[in-house]
Amino acid sequence: MSVDLSHYSFDAQAETDHVQNLTLLPTMDQVRMVEAGIDVHDQQVSGAFMQLNNSAVHCNSKVPGIELLSIHAALKKYDGLPQHFWKLLNPDEDEVSRLAKEKLNGGYFVRVKKGAKIKEPFQSCIFIKGHKAGQSIHNIVIVEEDAEVHILNGCASAKEQDDVLHLGLTEYYVEKGGKLTFTMVHNWGEKVTVRPRSVGTVAAQGEFQSNYILLHPVGDLKMYPTLKLEGAGAVARFNSVIVAPNGSNLDCGNKILLNAPTTRGEVIARVLTTGGKVISRGLIAANAKPVKGHLECKGLILGGGIIHTIPELYSQEEGVELSHEAAVGKIAQEEIEYLMARGLDEDEAASTIVRGFLNVDIMGLPQALRESMDEQIATLNAHSAL
Amino acid sequence: MLEIRDLHVSVGGQAVLKGVNLCVQPGETFILFGPNGSGKTTLLMTIMGVSGYQITQGQIIFKGQDITHAPMYERARLGIGMSFQRPPTIKGLPTGKLVQLCARERPIDLDAMAQKLNFNTFLERDVNAGFSGGEIKRSELLQLMAQSPDLLLFDEPESGVDLENMALVGHTVHDLLAGKSQVLSQSLREQGRNRKTCGLIITHTGYILQYINAHRGQVMYHGKLCCEANPHEILKHIQEHGYRECLRCLDCAPAKEVLA
Repeated sequence: MSVDLSHYSFDAQAETDHVQNLTLLPTMDQVRMVEAGIDVHDQQVSGAFMQLNNSAVHCNSKVPGIELLSIHAALKKYDGLPQHFWKLLNPDEDEVSRLAKEKLNGGYFVRVKKGAKIKEPFQSCIFIKGHKAGQSIHNIVIVEEDAEVHILNGCASAKEQDDVLHLGLTEYYVEKGGKLTFTMVHNWGEKVTVRPRSVGTVAAQGEFQSNYILLHPVGDLKMYPTLKLEGAGAVARFNSVIVAPNGSNLDCGNKILLNAPTTRGEVIARVLTTGGKVISRGLIAANAKPVKGHLECKGLILGGGIIHTIPELYSQEEGVELSHEAAVGKIAQEEIEYLMARGLDEDEAASTIVRGFLNVDIMGLPQALRESMDEQIATLNAHSAL
Repeated sequence: MLEIRDLHVSVGGQAVLKGVNLCVQPGETFILFGPNGSGKTTLLMTIMGVSGYQITQGQIIFKGQDITHAPMYERARLGIGMSFQRPPTIKGLPTGKLVQLCARERPIDLDAMAQKLNFNTFLERDVNAGFSGGEIKRSELLQLMAQSPDLLLFDEPESGVDLENMALVGHTVHDLLAGKSQVLSQSLREQGRNRKTCGLIITHTGYILQYINAHRGQVMYHGKLCCEANPHEILKHIQEHGYRECLRCLDCAPAKEVLA
């Protein structure tokens, strides 16, 4: 589905240019942010960034190990970030990338300094508000040698019925021995168009774990983030939990390029549709040996919808170990009955199984976020999913 | 407690049970013997209400209620608990959570119960995911302890269990049948109710008989029950003669006379 970019205005600025504290924002906005996994109290975080439409309104790093700047400030400070800005992404790649370059309106620059092990997660909230608003941001994430961080990235639109466009570009650099966990939670609406473009590179012994959670409708989302493992021993893992209610159109996947010996990659996706359309892609490519990769997509259709899984493996080397499994199905009657034999009625049994299917436990999320996601998944069950 | 009247059951269009009559009294443990394919498992599955077991004739009465066509969860809530021989794996559902669900609103001391079955390290693991035969048995027993049923249906407690764990399984089944579950805060009424726990147990090897007080037994053969007697005697007879005698007796003599 192509995007009519002229339909949106990219000039919308936030009503305010600085938000001291996210709890000062309108309550309804906060609710939408919380649904996107944001801790509006900014407690138990190592730092926080907020982009409201095309303004960086909140930029607060609490620990010395993290350098946090708005993208504009970073470009200025580091002379255009010649090593990192538009180095993994290509502005000529497609229309979206071209426009993103032309209309750059914001984004963040996060650098976790060499050896810094950041205990509390760093959170970033990307928020879009107003009818026909367009948002174009470009983020740079650098995890230097042996540094560690968990970035929580919550993206939301102010109203479910808003017709808005989000273009979000991110370039990730995980240096030697660095460890990045990047958790993205989306909370859009049925008229929202979302076009992220993300590429990351991981150096020797580096680790990148990407978590993606989408529990609410989104009109048109298309993304295919890519991680390139460039150094020996690098590891990449993608975990996605995706729910597509009626009105959702999703084309999403994950790509891992195993470009150095002894690298490993894993892509795991759980997709539940209750009426939405989902294309679930995955590609693991082996361009070195020995390497290992596994791709897994499990789909569940409950009460309508379409799931189209496209798992791909590519190798130009002998002796690599790549595998994939994809399955689309329904809740197994045998499992329902097993739980019914324990006293759960049919609805309780089905909800329990769906909750298990959408399990986010493997993502290693901070407790508050995990509880928030579990709670939302529980409500899904009660209302839309079943 | 449980009364089965002239029960006929088909599986996949084929008649498996051909007129089963059975009565299990409160507090009584009844043992089912019989060769593979004779219909024992079908009887247990039908009492539990598992789909695919089609009742073509007859009735199942439990606690005075006709449950012949009741949904499974109603049977479970009424007090029927079953240990499945090959239960499904449920991804993303930790075993400990399922045990809590089994207890419904009753408070339980999960860790103490798991301790008893030496199963604490499994509570975080997904239900039945990669469990060995013995682990499945312990998982099933833990769920049943939480469920605290009045009628325990157990399909081959010995299968896949090593000798060391057999004692553990055996003692737990004994306690379940004695109404000694680990559920806390039992009212006197509940304790009284538990004392009436009865069991219907399938065994091939008879090992379980060393651990429980089995009151009566019967042999299932070709979808019919025959040869009611003391379970130990039945076991001894089968060990000596196999099931040949059952065939002969079904053909020509009233059941009880053969072993008398």
